[in-house]
Amino acid sequence: MALRSLVTRKNLPSAFKAATGLGQLRGLQTFSLPDLPYDYGALEPAISGEIMQLHHQKHHQTYITNYNKALEQLNDAIEKGDSAAVVKLQSAIKFNGGGHVNHSIFWKNLAPVREGGGELPHGSLGWAIDADFGSLEKLIQLMNAEGAALQGSGWVWLALDKELKKLVVETTANQDPLVTKGPTLVPLLGIDVWEHAYYLQYKNVRPDYLKNIWKVMNWKYASEVYAKECPSS
Amino acid sequence: MVPAAATAASLNCALFHRQGGLNRATRGLQWTKKQCTRKPGPAIITAKFELKPPPYPLNALEPHMSKDTLEYHWGKHHRAYVDNLNKQIVGTELDSMPLEDVVIVTYNKGDMLPAFNNAAQAWNHEFFWGCMKPGGGGKPSGELLQLIERDFGSFEKFVEEFKSAAATQFGSGWAWLVYKANRLDVENAVNPRPLEEDKKLVVVKSSNAVNPLVWDYSPLLTIDVWEHAYYLDFQNRRPDYISTFMEKLVSWEAASARLEVAKAQAAEREKEQRKRDEAEDIQGSEAVEMYVDGETEDSGAD
Repeated sequence: MALRSLVTRKNLPSAFKAATGLGQLRGLQTFSLPDLPYDYGALEPAISGEIMQLHHQKHHQTYITNYNKALEQLNDAIEKGDSAAVVKLQSAIKFNGGGHVNHSIFWKNLAPVREGGGELPHGSLGWAIDADFGSLEKLIQLMNAEGAALQGSGWVWLALDKELKKLVVETTANQDPLVTKGPTLVPLLGIDVWEHAYYLQYKNVRPDYLKNIWKVMNWKYASEVYAKECPSS
Repeated sequence: MVPAAATAASLNCALFHRQGGLNRATRGLQWTKKQCTRKPGPAIITAKFELKPPPYPLNALEPHMSKDTLEYHWGKHHRAYVDNLNKQIVGTELDSMPLEDVVIVTYNKGDMLPAFNNAAQAWNHEFFWGCMKPGGGGKPSGELLQLIERDFGSFEKFVEEFKSAAATQFGSGWAWLVYKANRLDVENAVNPRPLEEDKKLVVVKSSNAVNPLVWDYSPLLTIDVWEHAYYLDFQNRRPDYISTFMEKLVSWEAASARLEVAKAQAAEREKEQRKRDEAEDIQGSEAVEMYVDGETEDSGAD
């Protein structure tokens, strides 16, 4: 109480730092568009260069821009103690932050054929797929069915439940990150089934997009993430 | 000539189907259950929903909405919703219900049944084509303009709110101008004594297939903001698509016609509610009389 009366708007940050050691927490990190590890046209013919460029430069960039804006507004609202504003911003953060999280994973999930895209998973991930789904074909069939049936916009995921040490297939709506379906879920592969991910090339035929995306799937990345979470198998 | 007649006919259908609303739907449910017992004799003719064409040629909205877009949006997406709906409901009690009733029944108060997505999207798209016309845009007139100015402050403010709703619908969905009558702002509650001020125009947005019929509102205007509606023409630029829709495509005549229907439905509903109230009052007083007589006379009920 006494501290509050001594503090003016100007010296609030330093007083805060002194009193609570929380000064570092308020350093706001802004996010920027990660580089694509391959050229826009490198995933053709599975995914067109036109789509990759729009998807990366426009859609993902817009999520990042709006995410940064929402975080700045959130920061302001927290500093002012404006709880109504804090709560109101949650949907913008979930949507745009989720969009940034999901797409950052997505670019790593894909690889040109000449860099291993489409190469089947070996090692521990391969065995886990056989154990938990019966075969790779059955897994792909399941993910494609879930992806095709998803109404509206969303993602279909191959996930590791790191608590149960089991692979699962999950879907999320809109830009909800996988963690909204369970805090123990680690994304290994995600397929964007928003229409912007395939419309210019596949139009309404989402199942064809799902069939073809496996030709550029980066199983190496998925295996690395899996191995890190399940070191000895 | 033909497009106008088609619009009028479908609006009349809408009026016919909406009368009684939910009551009709549940009555229909019981009625068709009886009918579904298979008897020998002439086959039961089931109502298959049709994919009706937009009230203009597919290239008529160029350059604001391309022929390509109409060919895919109507010819593939809308067609698939209708075809898949028919497959889902054939042989069920939903099969002989009007589309609006199927939408409300399968919405199931938010716990959607499998056919909801296709039913609602079939309804939404047929409605959407009617919201546009070649050479559209401009401002509404007459009573619709009056109500817009009353309920939003000005036409410009309405446009701003509508565009904002359309732009901020996260993911897939729709933005709507609706006529709201006889409702409290409480879910599933119905205002038994509506005042004129309760009846107003409102902008709402909905996700995926949901539409304001399920909230008991009367839609006047909609814009489809699923990406398939604008991606070929505008790619990620949804705000440009929305502006083009408002400036070049929207049919205010259609919206005004729907307002007339909505007001007539609201008036009809009020009349029926008043009749029900009067009937209840009469029943109430009769019961009191019977009780009094029962004490002195042998009513035979024992």
